[in-house]
Amino acid sequence: MSTPILEVRDLKVEYSTPAGPAQAVNGVSFDLARGEFLAIVGESGCGKSTMLFSIAQLLTYPAETVGGSVKFDGVDLTSLSAEELRQRRWRDISVVMQSAMNALNPTLSIAAQLADACRAHTDWDDQKIAERSAEVLDMVSIDAAHLKSFPFQLSGGMRQRAMIAMALLLEPKLIIMDEPTSALDVVAQRSLMRQVENLRRSLGFAVLFVTHDMSVVSHFSDRLAVMYAGEIVELGATREVFDRPRHPYSSGLMDAFPSIVGEKRELTGIAGNPPSLVNPPGGCLFAPRCHFATDECREYRPELIDVAAHSVRCHLVNPRVRT
Amino acid sequence: MNETILHVDGLSRHFRVGGFRSAGTLHATDEVTFEVARREIVALVGESGSGKSTIARVLAGLYPPTAGRITFEGQVQGRRASRRVRGRMPMVFQDPFGSINPVLRVGHSLHRSLKLHRPELDRAGRQSEAVSLVERVGLLPGADVLQRFPHELSGGQRQRLGFAQALASRPSLILADEPVSMLDVSIRIGLLNVMRALRDDEDVSLLYITHDLASARYVADRMIVLYAGRIVEEGTTDEVIANPSHPYTRLLMATAPDPRLPLAHETDVEDLGEPPKVIDPGPGCRFAPRCPLAMDQCRTSTPAVVKLSATKRVACYAVEQG
Repeated sequence: MSTPILEVRDLKVEYSTPAGPAQAVNGVSFDLARGEFLAIVGESGCGKSTMLFSIAQLLTYPAETVGGSVKFDGVDLTSLSAEELRQRRWRDISVVMQSAMNALNPTLSIAAQLADACRAHTDWDDQKIAERSAEVLDMVSIDAAHLKSFPFQLSGGMRQRAMIAMALLLEPKLIIMDEPTSALDVVAQRSLMRQVENLRRSLGFAVLFVTHDMSVVSHFSDRLAVMYAGEIVELGATREVFDRPRHPYSSGLMDAFPSIVGEKRELTGIAGNPPSLVNPPGGCLFAPRCHFATDECREYRPELIDVAAHSVRCHLVNPRVRT
Repeated sequence: MNETILHVDGLSRHFRVGGFRSAGTLHATDEVTFEVARREIVALVGESGSGKSTIARVLAGLYPPTAGRITFEGQVQGRRASRRVRGRMPMVFQDPFGSINPVLRVGHSLHRSLKLHRPELDRAGRQSEAVSLVERVGLLPGADVLQRFPHELSGGQRQRLGFAQALASRPSLILADEPVSMLDVSIRIGLLNVMRALRDDEDVSLLYITHDLASARYVADRMIVLYAGRIVEEGTTDEVIANPSHPYTRLLMATAPDPRLPLAHETDVEDLGEPPKVIDPGPGCRFAPRCPLAMDQCRTSTPAVVKLSATKRVACYAVEQG
């Protein structure tokens, strides 16, 4: 196997708050293989978007990456200067933001916005830019006639696809997506996911996809990471996590949304709220909301331990070895 | 069946759009007819632009209907809803962050509602009623919650507050416009359970507007599927989900993201879900351009909503002809 495109090791991000630093991302580690689709799911405030921004080196005050490393293609992004980062952005890594509906400039045509990105990162001439722009729009099934359109003339789904076309301009090796489907309705959502999947197959880029709605990615991602309070609590093959969730939080999430098939039954969701990140409780961060918590859970923080090809952070799955 | 509290007959709402030269008429809803019975949750399901929110807004009296008649609790509604009707049929909005005044304490707005709609209560009566209201939607302890500011509440708590506010005027029907779509998946279920409890314990009916079939199945007794402003299918929730008749309902079923289902075949949605044309629409079924079953007839005349069984209605020539 070739080297992973992205290696994240022990990444830590803090927000400075009047009450002290809040640990939004707390020691996250994972690898992303070339061409792999990794989905990260969790509730609002679990640190999933903060983590993406930290990986893309886009954090601004009051958030700060305080530890760990992010290696992209063997180079540690945290050690690069702003100019070195600028050269890699778009060319190697591109980002599709949440609510791309508002990420496009309403006063410029699609062509002008695509050209902007090209001029900032390449020395292409106008003709090359025009050709490539038409090409990427075609990839996301938007007619090249829309190059002259302004964002308000496109539907929500088309705007979102235009953002993806923009991310594809320079054939990046990694595309980071922050909830790109959350503003779309189900039919548009499904067709967007399918398009991302087909493009990934044909162009071979890797995808890091963050969402709070795991049903969106259930059929598309290779692996799934579940985040809770700044930590990964479970990481494994997507089907495996869905069919046999091992962490009580993951199984709680699975039980939190109704289905259109199967028996109708009462659902309860997960009671309680996530813990304070300024003064996190000792022990397992999920223990206060966990039905299975024992004294041990309340006292010792569990580690993320591999069980077969699956990693889980839970004392019940990986009993602690007393020393 | 329980008595009918809301009867909507042939409701249409059109908007003028465009400029002087390009003026057109946007048909947000067209000839919509349905009923809501006491203690019943009816889901209005459709994608963005299907006219589901317009129906709720017309019912709430936010704008008058272009045509059609609304009979609520036995009285035909005028062009604008009266205060009594607004109290009996309040609305809960989609955005729990934009729909609450951030500079006033939670208790303040509840007291205002009670003052308006329950003039018989004195100050102490209002306070105890306010506490009971927030506790009925699961915000505990009530007296403490009333002292908070909205920013101290999470999205799920704010939306519960929206329902408490709606309950303040002792409604018989709550219009819930996508009340959970802005919330995290993990807390949606709590709110859906609140809605079911309101029906079961408070004798309230709900019109639940959503694009999510799975949640509609979870809470609703009956379901109405809208496409481009027209009803395409109506029936009890179980009927519609188990046996969808209209091709559009089948498309919705196939695209519902559900990890418990195998991924539907490549052919399920090859079209890209472009929203239908509702500005000056021509004759014919509005779903015909995307419909796998479309016949010549579908492009020239509009199918009427016809009864398939005692509870099920559908508007489709292909289904009619078997």
